[in-house]
Amino acid sequence: MKSFAYERAASPAEAVAAATRAEGAKFIAGGTNLLDLMKLEIEAPTHLIDVNGLAFDKIEATPDGGLRIGALVRNTDLAADERVRRDYPLLSRALLAGASGQLRNKATTAGNLLQRTRCPYFYDTNQPCNKRQPGSGCSAIGGFTRNHAILGTSDACIATHPSDMAVAMRALDATVETLRADGGTRSIPIAEFYRPPGDTPQIETMLMPGELITAVTLPEPVGGRQIYRKVRDRASYAFALVSVGAIVQSDGSGRVALGGVAHKPWRVEAADTALLRGAKAAAAQLLASATPTHQNAFKLPLIERTLSAVLSEARG
Amino acid sequence: MRFDTPATTNPIDQLRVIGQPISRIDGPLKTTGTAPYAYERHDVVPNQAYGYVVGAAIAKGRIASIDLAQAQAAPGVLAIVTAENAGKLGKGGRNTATLLGGPAIEHYHQAVALVVAETFEQARAAASLVRVDYTRTEGAFDLAAARNSAGTPKSGFGGPPDTSVGDFAKAFAAAPVQLDETYTTPDQSHAMMEPHATIAAWDGERLTVWTSNQMIAWAAGDLAKTLGISRDKVRVMSPFIGGGFGGKLFLRADVVLAALGARAAGRPVKVALTRPLMANNTTHRPATIQRIRIGATGDGKITALGHESWSGDLPGGGPEEAVNQTRLLYAAANRMTAMRLAVLDLAEGNAMRAPGEASGMMALEIAIDEMAEKLGLDPVEFRIRNDTQVDPEQPERPFSQRRLIECLRTGAERFGWNKRQAQPGRMLDGNILVGMGVAAAFRNNLLTKSAARIRLDGSGMVTVETDMTDIGTGSYTIIAQTAAEMMGLPIEKVAVRLGDSTFPVSCGSGGQWGGNNSTAGVYAACVKLREAVAQKLGFNSAEAVFADGQVRLGNRSVSLAEAAGAEGLLAEDGIEYGDLDKKYQQSTFGAHFVEVGVDAATGETRVRRMLAACACGRILNPKTARSQLIGAMTMGVGAALTEELVVDKRTGFFVNHDLASYEVPVHADIPHQDVVFLDEVDPISSPMKAKGVAELGICGVAAAVANAIYNATGVRVRDYPITLDKLIERLPNMQ
Amino acid sequence: MPDQPTMSDVSMLVNGETRKLRLDVRTTLLDALREHLHLTGTKKGCDHGQCGACTVIVAGRRINSCLTLAVMHEGDSVTTIEGLGTPENLHPMQAAFVKHDGYQCGYCTPGQICSAVAMLDEIKAGTPSHVSADLMAQPQLTAMELRERMSGNICRCAAYPNIIDAISEVAGRKT
Repeated sequence: MKSFAYERAASPAEAVAAATRAEGAKFIAGGTNLLDLMKLEIEAPTHLIDVNGLAFDKIEATPDGGLRIGALVRNTDLAADERVRRDYPLLSRALLAGASGQLRNKATTAGNLLQRTRCPYFYDTNQPCNKRQPGSGCSAIGGFTRNHAILGTSDACIATHPSDMAVAMRALDATVETLRADGGTRSIPIAEFYRPPGDTPQIETMLMPGELITAVTLPEPVGGRQIYRKVRDRASYAFALVSVGAIVQSDGSGRVALGGVAHKPWRVEAADTALLRGAKAAAAQLLASATPTHQNAFKLPLIERTLSAVLSEARG
Repeated sequence: MRFDTPATTNPIDQLRVIGQPISRIDGPLKTTGTAPYAYERHDVVPNQAYGYVVGAAIAKGRIASIDLAQAQAAPGVLAIVTAENAGKLGKGGRNTATLLGGPAIEHYHQAVALVVAETFEQARAAASLVRVDYTRTEGAFDLAAARNSAGTPKSGFGGPPDTSVGDFAKAFAAAPVQLDETYTTPDQSHAMMEPHATIAAWDGERLTVWTSNQMIAWAAGDLAKTLGISRDKVRVMSPFIGGGFGGKLFLRADVVLAALGARAAGRPVKVALTRPLMANNTTHRPATIQRIRIGATGDGKITALGHESWSGDLPGGGPEEAVNQTRLLYAAANRMTAMRLAVLDLAEGNAMRAPGEASGMMALEIAIDEMAEKLGLDPVEFRIRNDTQVDPEQPERPFSQRRLIECLRTGAERFGWNKRQAQPGRMLDGNILVGMGVAAAFRNNLLTKSAARIRLDGSGMVTVETDMTDIGTGSYTIIAQTAAEMMGLPIEKVAVRLGDSTFPVSCGSGGQWGGNNSTAGVYAACVKLREAVAQKLGFNSAEAVFADGQVRLGNRSVSLAEAAGAEGLLAEDGIEYGDLDKKYQQSTFGAHFVEVGVDAATGETRVRRMLAACACGRILNPKTARSQLIGAMTMGVGAALTEELVVDKRTGFFVNHDLASYEVPVHADIPHQDVVFLDEVDPISSPMKAKGVAELGICGVAAAVANAIYNATGVRVRDYPITLDKLIERLPNMQ
Repeated sequence: MPDQPTMSDVSMLVNGETRKLRLDVRTTLLDALREHLHLTGTKKGCDHGQCGACTVIVAGRRINSCLTLAVMHEGDSVTTIEGLGTPENLHPMQAAFVKHDGYQCGYCTPGQICSAVAMLDEIKAGTPSHVSADLMAQPQLTAMELRERMSGNICRCAAYPNIIDAISEVAGRKT
């Protein structure tokens, strides 16, 4: 771990100002992914700006009937919030399927969105990786790819985004609220939040340097049966091979988002429409552009079967 | 004490303390965090500096150049050790690759430097500034590709590489029912919770290391040899070990580098391997390819049994002896086994819990299940029909005890085996396909000499000292039980000190030999102490009775405290074995029963319940022995379902080298586990009449899981681990 | 010339005692406990949040002490295994682990015990888990619930059923 300057931000304005002042600055909140990566020097911030003192730890009702979730709300608290459990059970379920009790106690809402890939080649600094070291090449392509992306990949990167929470946020049409260094704020729909890897897999989101996530907002509840099905090798404390987050209304219409298949939670409008025609039709839409490797081609039938089981459960 | 005739009645048979489910005597220390592990010895020597290991970035080749300038200039750096500046180093007799690489690099993450600094943070940061340029050379990393070039290895632990009885080829060809299948097991990692760690301190020419090692005498000898110093200048201490499973049998890089770092820095140095380094830097269980051929008569009698195994290792290494159990487990007049060894440039392959049998049983016990199905026989019944009471390769050697049939029958009854549907895919619980599987358990019982020293003091307290280790096996407790039983004391009056190379040399912990042999050594020392007590009191030692803290002869009774007197009494002895393990085959047996549920949609397999029925000699402590069994059963579940060190065959390393990506079972994976010990004593094994326990528990488990998955789904997978991608396309359609 | 380490003062309430330290800011809470306060009961198994051996209780909640910096805990109350009980005066959870043989090598044990103690409070507070059938109902003390909630603590010796028995006994006493 490289040496860094450490400061505690007393206000959001101070946090973004500090982040802009110092090149190579990073915000730290829960730290459960950032410190993991700093120990391996995959991340090497020159400045750490501790934002834990900011008042972003509340979950509040919005005027239009939704919820505004502070960026610092811990995963445990978000999953356990009564409004979330009642009105957005998909979000509770996704959070509870992730990590461990200890990690959820520390990990924050914003940090969860910003976690980096678990690609083992990204994690091994001896191996070329375009995401870690732009231009060095992708070791995963042609290597061990069982857990890698089948959608939205590029010649530079086939890594997945590991978050469960983000899959639920995508299905719930969440919006990411930010504060920019110039004091301006913006709202980024989660559908637009993650950037495709393209030639620049190191740039993962639409956030500008120094831009701070302040909250994630959920629109008013949509009801329906909400099911998050995470498929993994071991029964707990493991990343998803694939996951399916679905909201199914009594008339069979609904939404579906996938985890473990791309650099972002994967949702396709045509698949939502196809849900009425069943899992096979919806899966065909979701996976239309899939480019699996020999090792992860199993994710295609797995998604269709899992989605089918989810739809049966939702209707049952 | 020489043990060369079967044991007769002795004080252990009282079973006053031995055989009781006594809670571990080290429990209060372990549960309060006060048991000191290697890296934690702030108390033993002041001024400890921190060492951080740099691992090689290539699998095979040479260091072209190494630039330490930046690292040396980094804050807090005290010294940097590399092969270039370490002086001439030897290699431990039990190491295949050198522990400090350079200029030649033999495997990925082989240590190439140790950076020593004032603090851990400084050492870690400076380690990343060590610049190494490598010249890569071609290596062999793919066992399947190297299979045809594999050669015949030397004889090892399990005997010669090839064995043959009768005419296998002819009998197999003539057999009315045949099976010829190939199975694979992957490389696996011990993944013990405590990383390899050492504190080293020099006092002039004398070196002391506080480390985490299963075999103290091996470590001391190989450390001296590596450093080129005299064995008597080295002291090794390892009183608590955070798990080993074979991964800490040998001297490893942490010890050598801590010693070299301490010499270079001129002060004590502590080193722990980082978790991401462990899989490729240390040893692992090597992958195997196993071909099994079975020929049988229509009524289920095996007439031909062939088992061939291929594995790989670095030059000079050895094979995974996966055919060992096949030489002993089932009767067949015509049989052959063969092991072949390929050169692979992956990290060193070596022992992991039940080396040989664990991998071999993964294959053999699926094959037996497949054959039973071909024959239309229940797999329990098929195994029973092919039992043998003698070594099938040397029929003049009977088994000392062999109660496999009783294990199978008892286990089947307790488990409710009769509820199993022979036809696969017939049991459904909601969306879960349910299946049951069985496998035999088999592991040899190994005899090896072991010594101890016992002191009786004026307070009537007995202290046992031996370099035996407790890697979680319960050695502290069963040794205390042995001394308490022998001396007629309550267990509270026994102190046990382990893991110090100044203590008498024990068998150490490995190969499930620790429990029986180390307590037998303590037994021998206790016999000697009893004689010393009797002699001092003028008693005939053969007639003296040791009970309730007293020594009695007729109507005379003296307390042990009084007998010891102010000066105390000391006795030292060990157990040594004659040829009882040549005349008799000594093995442990069991039967594993597993019920799994396979999600009909996703193919995820979860174990629902498991049971092991075991016959493995006298159980010295049913509480700790049961824990050994369930722990091994769980490791078997990991082997069946998730554990695989994935080889990147292009560059030659284990890719998933941390605990997030090498998945071992967690709480949620493990349901209710039952263990049944058959009431057995084996007077041929030792005066304790005990045998090994710890490794029997893993042997066969993975196959029982595989067989249960087959029973649940009708999908037969012969390549471990059985992950859902191997099932998904072939699962019955539930829609 | 590489940067000199940044030093920072931090004060924490560790096992009820105020402890002031001057630390390299890179020091994790885990290393502050083990290397600076010599509270070595908290274990380093992976240093990456993948095993749970470093679990401590901060402000009443269990966390992985390896994935947090000590300087981020100014003024926090930290309970480690040493703060729960001593060999002479075991915490009920420690005594239950001894009784049920809820460990073997002992290295994951302090983390398991700290995790278990805080985990029972989470159930009491109504925090749901992945296996809770009804998100709106008070979670039950079933073996399945305990197993899921303890899954962030790996035990390679695999004393899992014994650990669940130990926790169940303590939980039964509590409720």
